Amino acid sequence: MSNHANEFRTCPATGLKVHMPAERLMYVYAVTAVVCLLLGGVMAILLALTRWPAIHLLPADLFYRFLTAHGVNMLIFWVVLFEMAGVMFASTVVLSNRLPAPKFGWLNFILMFTGVIMVNYTIFTGGADVLFTSYVPMKAEPNYYLGIILFAVGAILNCVHFLITLVIGRKEGYFQGSLPLFSYGIFIAVVIALFTLLAGAATYIPVWLWSLGVIPSIDAELYRLGFWGFGHSAQQINLAAMVSIWYLLGTLTVGSKPTNEKFSRLAFLLYLFGINLGSVHHLLVDPGLSNSFRVFNTSYLMYAATVGSMMHAFSIPSSIEIAQRAKGFTKGTFDWLVNAPWKEPGFSGMFLSLIIFGFGGGTTGVTQGTEQINMMIHNTLRMPGHFHVTVVGGTTLAFMALTYYFLPLVLRKNVIGMKLATAQIWIFGIGICIMSTGMSFAGILGVPRRHWDVTFADAIFQVPFSATATTMLGVLGIGGVMAFVGLLMFCLIAAISALNPKSMPAKMESHTPQYAKN
Amino acid sequence: MSLATPDKNWWQPLDKDEKMWLKVCLLVALGLFLMMPLFHLYGKQNPPTRSYRVEPAQYKELVDKFIEENAVRDEDGDIVDMEGIPVVEPKEGVKDIYLLSQKWMFTPILKLKKGVEYQLHMSSLDLNHGFSLQPKNINFQIVPGYDQVLKITPRDSGEFYIICNEYCEIGHHTMIGKLIVTE
Repeated sequence: MSNHANEFRTCPATGLKVHMPAERLMYVYAVTAVVCLLLGGVMAILLALTRWPAIHLLPADLFYRFLTAHGVNMLIFWVVLFEMAGVMFASTVVLSNRLPAPKFGWLNFILMFTGVIMVNYTIFTGGADVLFTSYVPMKAEPNYYLGIILFAVGAILNCVHFLITLVIGRKEGYFQGSLPLFSYGIFIAVVIALFTLLAGAATYIPVWLWSLGVIPSIDAELYRLGFWGFGHSAQQINLAAMVSIWYLLGTLTVGSKPTNEKFSRLAFLLYLFGINLGSVHHLLVDPGLSNSFRVFNTSYLMYAATVGSMMHAFSIPSSIEIAQRAKGFTKGTFDWLVNAPWKEPGFSGMFLSLIIFGFGGGTTGVTQGTEQINMMIHNTLRMPGHFHVTVVGGTTLAFMALTYYFLPLVLRKNVIGMKLATAQIWIFGIGICIMSTGMSFAGILGVPRRHWDVTFADAIFQVPFSATATTMLGVLGIGGVMAFVGLLMFCLIAAISALNPKSMPAKMESHTPQYAKN
Repeated sequence: MSLATPDKNWWQPLDKDEKMWLKVCLLVALGLFLMMPLFHLYGKQNPPTRSYRVEPAQYKELVDKFIEENAVRDEDGDIVDMEGIPVVEPKEGVKDIYLLSQKWMFTPILKLKKGVEYQLHMSSLDLNHGFSLQPKNINFQIVPGYDQVLKITPRDSGEFYIICNEYCEIGHHTMIGKLIVTE
């Protein structure tokens, strides 16, 4: 045990001990994540400018190719890689714990990195124009599936590493008692990640074999069921991670304390048990499933997770209010909120993310998951209108806000321009809201998603979509441009800060387990 | 502090406010989850309940037979078409009607009667496709290997379009069909 004592530094701001091998791994995960975000973002702006009818930028083949790249890089690579850094942070730094197997950690990173390269190479060389969902019998080149499998295996192993880190850390006496709430939330995210990624492996491995010609055929509906067991549950990893980050940012910016640990932890548990089966809401207008199956999974189980989110939506703002009132902001009903540290990107980001996710994403998600409403929204632009306010305005915004604290506290890099960072948060958040509004209203008017040309210029019939729908696609474009400016600002601030060769000096201090038994 | 280990006895009873909020949450969830089954019982528009496994070739035969028997014909006995797609008007008493989707067309063009109940079969010869009836905006998934049956009764007459809203490779955005409802 003691031979690891010299591998730690002390964080000057929090006093937490940072295990240096973990710091290096978190650095590579976070940097790779931001590179994927930038790549996905460049794709995003090209797509938005294509769906804006006045511009209609890309040709059809590139539109579908870049749509594939956008989906995979954003929904899988950016969020999962960032979460891998977060997972390591929650199990080591937060607990002043050591990373027991750094080499294993590097192996996992290399697996995931190889996956990212293989998938992107296959997409951009034209071998996988199958979109993010790659519904069989549409076929991509085998390397596309293999890349995703390698990425998923790396992520599974990294989740296992997280669990091992907790077990060994407790055994060696680095920490004791219950996990802090943030680490507990990340623990829930890891458990969701494990069954999600196993579903992903069970779906992609047969498809990979099929693309190699080993398996003759795959049932198209079964694939859809398996895929969404992976694809939607993956969003619940984001959800649990995002909510954990809200709690964390509340603590970092106003010093808030969970109002009731039991309340918050039960809410996390509801995510764990409710949501995986709730993924069936992707199949509400599919053949092959009975109505009772659909109603049971989407209504009875999805609403369990909804209750979880509503509990957090109460607990987080009230903990902030209590912390603010304790500081003396007691006048009137909203004095505490008006005088919150809005100039800090962490607070602005956390609050904006909470509002956008809750009011924009949560409410639309719950209603769209109803069978009858689903008939009106399935595969229309209302769908991306919904998930861009959950996974982008919610999760990505929270991750961005956290990055501004992650950089100095964990990676020892000074953030250039905290004011600029706060502006970035607002530009990005508002841009996404405008874009989603455009998407949602165009979708309500029937405009399909994943569609290159809704004027049907090359088709045998032309559908007259209303002028309102066209206007809404313009709103989508304007919001997209604004969000892209915000994204670019984020990548620039993060890159210039992280790539600065000058780190803050590490205050190396010997650290041995506090609660060791002997 | 969400970063600190909680007190040993963190399993504390909920506060008055928390209890009240929890009740509100549970009531909302209860309302939501009664809504869906109740709409099945009392609502007029519900997702289809019938579907079958079917081989694409087998489904093609059913569609061909349906077109042969019900197609609109001119005085020479040739099938009337629009842009090369046969127009089919189900004969009196024919309930089961068929729509075939393949890259990148819907066959046939259906001519239905207002107020008559039909069983609309949908399946695909190749990839996943989408059935999106515009401007009514009703959407269903078409999956190869499965025959999904919609019970429909047209309530308005006029011309409607079926657009494919599931990506089906490069020609996806040209895939469009027509549905005509007569008085």
